[in-house]
Amino acid sequence: MTKDECKKLVTEIIADIAPDEDLSNLKPDVRLRDQLQLDSMDFLDIVMELRKCHGIEVPEADYIQLASLDSCAEYLTPKFNALEAKR
Amino acid sequence: MKQSRIVITGLGLTAPNGNTLAEYRQNLLTGVSGVELIELRYMGAQPAGVCHFDPLKYQKKKDVRIGTRAGSISIHCAREAAVDSGLNWEGFDKSRAGIYLGITEHGNVETENEIYNVSLFKHDMKFWSHHHNPRTVANNPAGEVSLNLGVTGPAYTLGAACAAGNLGLIHAAQMLRLHEVDLAFAGGVSESIGTFGIFAAFKSQGALASHPDPTKASRPFDKKRNGIVVSEGGCIYTMERLEDARARGARIYGEVGGYCVNSDATDYVLPNSVRQAECIRRAIAHAGLTPADIDIINTHATATPQGDIQECLAIGEVFAGCPDVNINNTKSFIGHAMGAAGALELAGNLPSFNDLTVHPTINVDELDPQCDLPGLVLNQPKKAKRVDAILNNSFGMLGINSTLIILRYRP
Repeated sequence: MTKDECKKLVTEIIADIAPDEDLSNLKPDVRLRDQLQLDSMDFLDIVMELRKCHGIEVPEADYIQLASLDSCAEYLTPKFNALEAKR
Repeated sequence: MKQSRIVITGLGLTAPNGNTLAEYRQNLLTGVSGVELIELRYMGAQPAGVCHFDPLKYQKKKDVRIGTRAGSISIHCAREAAVDSGLNWEGFDKSRAGIYLGITEHGNVETENEIYNVSLFKHDMKFWSHHHNPRTVANNPAGEVSLNLGVTGPAYTLGAACAAGNLGLIHAAQMLRLHEVDLAFAGGVSESIGTFGIFAAFKSQGALASHPDPTKASRPFDKKRNGIVVSEGGCIYTMERLEDARARGARIYGEVGGYCVNSDATDYVLPNSVRQAECIRRAIAHAGLTPADIDIINTHATATPQGDIQECLAIGEVFAGCPDVNINNTKSFIGHAMGAAGALELAGNLPSFNDLTVHPTINVDELDPQCDLPGLVLNQPKKAKRVDAILNNSFGMLGINSTLIILRYRP
């Protein structure tokens, strides 16, 4: 998985969690909370979707890594690839 | 101290056969059922009353996703009621509004869904949703309305089994008379078609309706009735003190005449006609009326073999010697909307103050002789000589009875 593919996947998850939001102009380097109406429960939804749909665990101490699309990609892409390598 | 008169100034509803009062009433007068077959987890096809309103009319997609069906139903009804009332809602002091919603149960749907969800993950609890608690707290439907409407006054539910719809209105009248609030959103709500447990329990009890034609499954008073059709729905009224309603020139649907809530104290599920009769009689006395003053009795009858007979015994005793009273049943059209039943069934009859027509009980092909009350309006609507007082019965498990009387408004 590339970082761009990871950003696309996270954006798809956000589209389900925040279906009223326009995600067409998301800035990857800006905090998601500063661009979208997301609260802490929404971030828990992102964590749950990663767990349910992709088998990715995000420990609570690492939630901060999900702040922006760029930081998501930095943090999650190696996890996706490690998981893929195991399969 | 002279008590304030309490009036109904608006209403919003969603019923299996209508999303507005006009549509609902039209279908009640023309015999249109709202019962259809649904596919239920573990239970297969079951007749049920399903509402077809658009939740996105008043909610964002995200709120629909996070909230509950009961929340969506309640928001739809409350918003429609606010519009119907003609209130300047934006300018209203929202700390002086209260939300009082009757529920039979709440949380079964969401709990069953979560258990099913974690079963897909070998019951690993880390897959249990963090939304579970706000979805299942008993005040959820009222709380979702407060969030949506920005109401900062009291907002809670009243758990009263299937008597709950009446309880919402009764409690609102009391709170208005105590000047706890200046405006009440009051009624009842049900999302119960989403829980297989309620269907399964009624089936185990021998009280779940079945019929090859779902529109004929709910058949109170009919000899071949075989149980309850479970339904969802909601009906919320705006209620105010008369002086406030008059001051703003509100249209008035009717006035709270009297009410009673009592308990059987005899059985978990079996009704008690003696206590029901007592409830009806006390409500009539509370309204300062006699049985002969009642023009329409909207029955609670759910089409269980025993329940219908017990209510008929109670009504027969109280209204012996009242040949002009008209008796009908709304569940024959929409099934049993549980916590919403009392409020929805009252709404179906309120237009009778204007059109002097009593909607019938449908699906009565062969009247059970044990339910043969003189005033039953069967299968076809009937013109009434007079409609000045409507009496609404709603009874529930654990022996809770409620009777509410709404009067034609007279200045």
